[in-house]
Amino acid sequence: MTITVKFFASLRERVGQAEASVSSAEPISVDQVWAQATSNMAMPDNTLCAINMQYVDGNQQANDGDEVAFFPPVTGG
Amino acid sequence: MASEIHTQAFDPWQAIQHYQQAHMAAGKYGATASFVGTMRDFNEGDEVQVMTLEHYPGMTESYLDKICEEARQRWDIMDCLIVHRVGDIQPNDPIVLTCVWSAHRAAAFEACRYLMEELKSRAPFWKKETLPEGHRWVEKNTEG
Repeated sequence: MTITVKFFASLRERVGQAEASVSSAEPISVDQVWAQATSNMAMPDNTLCAINMQYVDGNQQANDGDEVAFFPPVTGG
Repeated sequence: MASEIHTQAFDPWQAIQHYQQAHMAAGKYGATASFVGTMRDFNEGDEVQVMTLEHYPGMTESYLDKICEEARQRWDIMDCLIVHRVGDIQPNDPIVLTCVWSAHRAAAFEACRYLMEELKSRAPFWKKETLPEGHRWVEKNTEG
């Protein structure tokens, strides 16, 4: 299965990529998606995660075709 | 109910007027509350020349719609509008507009504040400031 990974704002610059693709034989957690996509870079404490544009915790499971996003605290408005 | 992302400068007062003329029945609403956020040319004691607003296309729109829907369920309001800028923003440019129409003032005031606070804490936008010395990401929101 394949998962699309997106990084935004300061996290994108820190990781050095805007988008990645992760392959796995079985469903994996969002934390595992991060580890695979960043070659085990430490995830900053305040990182927010989303699956298919809905906020989730890092232990949530991602499935084939999902879009997983990582980004820093939001600062709009 | 509408939420809009603009990549170019917008006039919040014109946006309110246009929306009101197109969607609100004359004589039916008694209160209109609006909030406009405008870019300052300073932050944390530093001169800010340009601010670049990034967002997560798709998720942003869905959260703005969700926040509008929540406001409609919590208060007796007739309609609401959110407009938010993205891209490069100059000092004095409007960044965000939240506007609520209702029969009476309390619902309009409270729902308008709710839209703004929820947008700031949940909608996936990020600000990057250009200072004379270089760039920096805004790490957290200021207290209301």
